[in-house]
Amino acid sequence: MSVSLPGAGQERFRPRLARRHRTGRIFRYLCLASIAFSVAVLIALLVDVAVDGLRWLSLDFLTRYPSRIPARAGIKSAILGSLWMMGLTAAMSFPLGVGAAIYLEEYSKKNRLTGLIQTNIANLAGVPSIVYGILGLAIFVRYLGFGRSVLAGAATLALLVLPVVIISAQEAIRAVPTSLREAAYGVGATRWQTVRHHVLPVAMPGILTGMILSLSRAIGETAPLIMIGALTFIAFPPTSPMDPFTVLPIQIFNWTAKPQAEFHELAAGAIIVLLVVLLLMNASAIVMRNRYRARRDQ
Amino acid sequence: MSDIALRTEELSVWYGSTQAVKEITLDVPKNQVVAFIGPSGCGKSTLLRCFNRMNDLIPVARVGGKVLFGGANLYDEAVDPVEVRRRIGMVFQKPNPFPKTIYENVAFGLRINGFTGNLDEQVERSLRAAAIWDEVKDRLQDSALGLSGGQQQRLCIARALAVEPEILLMDEPASALDPIATSRIEDLIAELKTDYTIVIVTHNMQQAARVSDLTAFLYLGELIEYGVTQRLFTNPTEERTEQYITGRFG
Repeated sequence: MSVSLPGAGQERFRPRLARRHRTGRIFRYLCLASIAFSVAVLIALLVDVAVDGLRWLSLDFLTRYPSRIPARAGIKSAILGSLWMMGLTAAMSFPLGVGAAIYLEEYSKKNRLTGLIQTNIANLAGVPSIVYGILGLAIFVRYLGFGRSVLAGAATLALLVLPVVIISAQEAIRAVPTSLREAAYGVGATRWQTVRHHVLPVAMPGILTGMILSLSRAIGETAPLIMIGALTFIAFPPTSPMDPFTVLPIQIFNWTAKPQAEFHELAAGAIIVLLVVLLLMNASAIVMRNRYRARRDQ
Repeated sequence: MSDIALRTEELSVWYGSTQAVKEITLDVPKNQVVAFIGPSGCGKSTLLRCFNRMNDLIPVARVGGKVLFGGANLYDEAVDPVEVRRRIGMVFQKPNPFPKTIYENVAFGLRINGFTGNLDEQVERSLRAAAIWDEVKDRLQDSALGLSGGQQQRLCIARALAVEPEILLMDEPASALDPIATSRIEDLIAELKTDYTIVIVTHNMQQAARVSDLTAFLYLGELIEYGVTQRLFTNPTEERTEQYITGRFG
């Protein structure tokens, strides 16, 4: 930098190169500090949880039901409850969310009404989850008579993630180039044929990414499920959508609320399991997404 | 009348409150190549997109006047734009193959339109007609995205031809291609003329002079002059046409 290139007539510029490069370096280190801070906090959390919980992890822990005696306690019902919950939530929010997104992007006219709907969907994404819990309690548990069941919980969580599913699916659909739609219409395809054969396949990886993020949020939700009356002590696995249930975050919440230190360590163990389940879920969704992408680009 | 493929009567297009095409009346004769020329924004693409109701896809676009195709007005309530687009095919400015196999690109239009003939034969026939068969016959199951720009554009022409349209609309089909690929497309247009009526938009006057039988010069949404290409380029009657083709504006 200190070496200047030869040549005359440069006096009209004052490049101050050293200073500009210094600013650039400072910015780079600030960004590095941001990521280092985030990673450090994450590692600290993971280490803290691992130190407390790792020694409780065993096959027994995964296959036993909750117990008042820490040494006999397990999280089988919570794991199964969480899996049921995720499956049903996905089954409900995916078709509803993608359908709504397709309608908004491909069918609806852009007018004041759709603008209002759009704004409200964005606002709903910011509503505290406990509010969805109250709604779920009133509608699903009481009015529709689902009771304190897996179905009521999943329906509540589906409502909770729906705005995010819709918005991310809309983004993915909007990213499909207009030229592709024109190509399909140009050979005499109807709107549905264009959407079905060309828009959706191209948008699907993006839609799935939104779905992964939404379910990752849903699996950690506690408040709305407590609100609708998920139980904290379940000594049997749910076998149908109408069974009562518990989920991992509630089990964790319940154990951390107890005075005994052993239960706090059990909670740490359950947190590790929750993280692993989350990772597995995301990994499988990413595999699915990549397979979709590969098939599209073949 | 029977040798007219398409006729517009006082055709106008508005985008919101701006009028992009102003009361244009012209005939497109059968088995001829008609070129639309004019400076950017003169409405030539907009006019072309009226011929297969592509403007329907733009929410703010409004169309007035008539486009007559075999006696029927394409903008009549009873006319289905899906039917129109099969009968009047289109090739776009940028090659836009589907992100699927070469075979699927051509077969898609056949499948969705309930083609009753032999699919393989029709795909081959279309690819041959678009002069790309020899280059792709050994890799029909490969992705169309692996083709070069010029090949992709000829594939798009094959895709349009597959559904047996009567008219082929081409919106600056060579503007994104290199000179060699461009000349292949131009040769192809000359060959296709025997079986199809072609309307081509181009910003390249040499291209219009090379490929077309008739040329229409548009300026600010108005049809300034329309006539036999050779005459229009050598002896234009309108002053603005002369100014444009001699490069004094545009």
